Amino acid sequence: MTIIQILVIAAAALFWGLVMRERGRSYFLLITSVIVIFWLQPSLPLRGFDFWIPTSTLIVAVFSWYISASEESRREKKNWGTISILAGMILFINLTRFLPFDSIITRSRPPQTVFLFMVLALSGLLFFFITRLKHFNPSLLSTSIIGLIAVFLALKVPALAYWVSYGIRSLANQSLLEAASTDLRWLGFSYIAFRIIHTLRDRQMGRLPVVDLAEYVTYIIFFPAFTAGPIDRIERFIKDLRTPPTPDNDELLIAGQRFMMGLFKKFVIADALALIALNDTNALQIRSTGWMWMLLYAYAFQIYFDFSGYTDIAIGVSRLLGIQLPENFSAPYQKPNLTQFWNNWHITLTQWFRAYFFNPVTRWLRSWKKPMPAPVMIALTQIATMLLIGFWHGVTWNFALWGLWHGVGLFIHNRWSDMTKVRAAAWATTPSRKTLLNVSGIIITFNFVALGWIFFALSSTSTSMQVFLKLFGLR
Amino acid sequence: MKTLNIIVKGLSLFIIINLLFTILQPEIGRLSAYNIIFPGRERLPFGENSAKAYNLSLFDLNAMFASHRIDGDQKQADEFRVILIGDSSVWGTLLKPEESLAGQLNSANISACGKNVTVYNLGYPTISLTKDLLLLSHAIKYQPDLIIWLTTLEAFPLEKQIASPLVANNQESLLRLANSYRLKVDSNDPAFNRDSFWGSTIIGKQRALADVFRLQFYGVLWAATGIDQIYPSDFTKAQTDFKVDQKFHEFEPPVLDENSLAINALETGMDLAGDTPIIIVNEPILISDGKNSDIRYNFFYPRWAYDQYRALMVAQSKINNWNYVDLWDAVPANEFTNSAIHLTPRGETQLAEKIEPVITTVCR
Repeated sequence: MTIIQILVIAAAALFWGLVMRERGRSYFLLITSVIVIFWLQPSLPLRGFDFWIPTSTLIVAVFSWYISASEESRREKKNWGTISILAGMILFINLTRFLPFDSIITRSRPPQTVFLFMVLALSGLLFFFITRLKHFNPSLLSTSIIGLIAVFLALKVPALAYWVSYGIRSLANQSLLEAASTDLRWLGFSYIAFRIIHTLRDRQMGRLPVVDLAEYVTYIIFFPAFTAGPIDRIERFIKDLRTPPTPDNDELLIAGQRFMMGLFKKFVIADALALIALNDTNALQIRSTGWMWMLLYAYAFQIYFDFSGYTDIAIGVSRLLGIQLPENFSAPYQKPNLTQFWNNWHITLTQWFRAYFFNPVTRWLRSWKKPMPAPVMIALTQIATMLLIGFWHGVTWNFALWGLWHGVGLFIHNRWSDMTKVRAAAWATTPSRKTLLNVSGIIITFNFVALGWIFFALSSTSTSMQVFLKLFGLR
Repeated sequence: MKTLNIIVKGLSLFIIINLLFTILQPEIGRLSAYNIIFPGRERLPFGENSAKAYNLSLFDLNAMFASHRIDGDQKQADEFRVILIGDSSVWGTLLKPEESLAGQLNSANISACGKNVTVYNLGYPTISLTKDLLLLSHAIKYQPDLIIWLTTLEAFPLEKQIASPLVANNQESLLRLANSYRLKVDSNDPAFNRDSFWGSTIIGKQRALADVFRLQFYGVLWAATGIDQIYPSDFTKAQTDFKVDQKFHEFEPPVLDENSLAINALETGMDLAGDTPIIIVNEPILISDGKNSDIRYNFFYPRWAYDQYRALMVAQSKINNWNYVDLWDAVPANEFTNSAIHLTPRGETQLAEKIEPVITTVCR
């Protein structure tokens, strides 16, 4: 997101917070979110896809609501109103193609309206068939989760993404020679997928609260958190959504401070550090070990300030709207061990993986008739979880190595902590010893995390290895 | 009320700071991390792709010089300080610092007037005598013992003088020169980018300020890599075949009108240098033997214009008692890179060998 886009979004939120207050908030959030997802979607080499991708996001969101909602909720008439608003908005954005100037919402001129009608008609037909299902079919939820994961893989695995682009280009009669794995940048898809999977899984577990379509879609595409999270939980989100907001002075001040802090972190600190942070080009040009460490630390702080800056902006803007998004970062680089680091870095993501992967897998492994030894189980679940988090960032060897680095690190910390807990407690009897233990923990953890960022910052394994060697004076 | 208070206070502070900045115009560029935290640069900052060159073009002369090695080097008693002024061929496009003319002269370890010669590269891309003069006016405070001013006909046309962005964005410095010396400058030239009131505020100068800060950040990568420009593995060689074209800018044969050339900038340079000797060097050009090379030497010059320019420089040097060296054909055509004035490392060596005796004999 550019600073102009952020300021426009914040201005819209501030206008609503100061002027409109509780009037029509749910519609404001829904309509603004719809406009924002079209507006933020970057232009793509595939013709019309900056329109089709946000449209697909909305269709997927409506479909997910339908299959996860209760019978009574589905029948409520107000949902038809929401459907009309969404279809009307999509049609309105599509009709901007007839404006005499460049489209102000989408990056390029939206596609022909007749195609939109065809897509909407096909979607309607799909819904019609689903509504014909006499009984709620739980396998539909599982199939949908698998479908979302399949789309995720199609977007994130470079070879698959290339072939998808190739296929679309063939259908659209576009140059096949220019097909590339980067053609399909679906803005915010991974966050959309996390939110939808969360609702579908909770529906399977019978934990999903009753939400209407407007609430559900707003939750999925809530504009302040659309591109960079945090990943809220639906029950918490709708609680705020249903509570009449009271944007008093204190609340506006806190929101403003948070927003300004986010801008500063992202556009001053992170963007300045980005100039000197480790990357594919400079990694092979650095002449000395000392400077290599310097650039690695610059990257470590850049990624933190960038990400936590965006989170602050999202939290600040949402507070103006009466929604208190969860925290995503809590001084992660000041934590004395890796477990605590992961409890405080991208908190909502780790909580998601804990809830929907780590805990269920651990429970499943424990339920075996002959459960495996605890250390093996811990190693397996921690490494698998971290590998998945790595793959979430991109299905490449380097992200796999980054996940493995942290998975192994968490396991080693778990074992080390078990072995030394008693001795450490016996030794750290004075405040200075406790401080020493804490500070050494922070230094070791920070450096371990920073070394892990090498895999994250660079795209090739061999370059990463060369950087490692350089850092330790071996090259 | 609390929110309103904070907004009013914030706005007031913002306005006051902007007003103070506009009135005081602090020279932020003088604050530099170069020569303190990072080593000074071997040449003045210039770069069109900052992310890859770890360098950028900015117009704050203070910041540019503060980032240069010359700003951090205390002149030693046994140092014979030489500065090179000129265009991109002196700056060293496509050349590493050690391959540039200054680098080659330094590695030759020569001495002059019984002192060790240290050569500083103060060349800067864009071809304009007035741009060279502007840089010279800043460089003179570094107490050079000798100034070598490499130039070429392309730097002389009046229309080229303010076209250099560095000149266009430093009107005040140039007008100061015009007031103190005999430089002829039209202060109303539309090519100048003048600062309005708003342009003088922090908001108006945000780009310039950001550039100064970015220059400091790129100091990290300069120190870490020693890279200050992009070195492409491949580039388009300088043109050697030409159309039948006799024109040189607005000049038509047969006469190169002296009055349309900025000879005055050279005279001002001499005045500015005072007792410090200046050697004017007509820098080497590519002499093509390709198609229509009987009409043109290269992309820049039709033969008639360039030949007249050489004769003119000899005549002016005699009249003004300038120390002039003509090295126009010192480097063979195969030692030019992407332009008719950019040399290969070998070409720079050949040029350096020609310039060395000029330096070593300056005291005789």
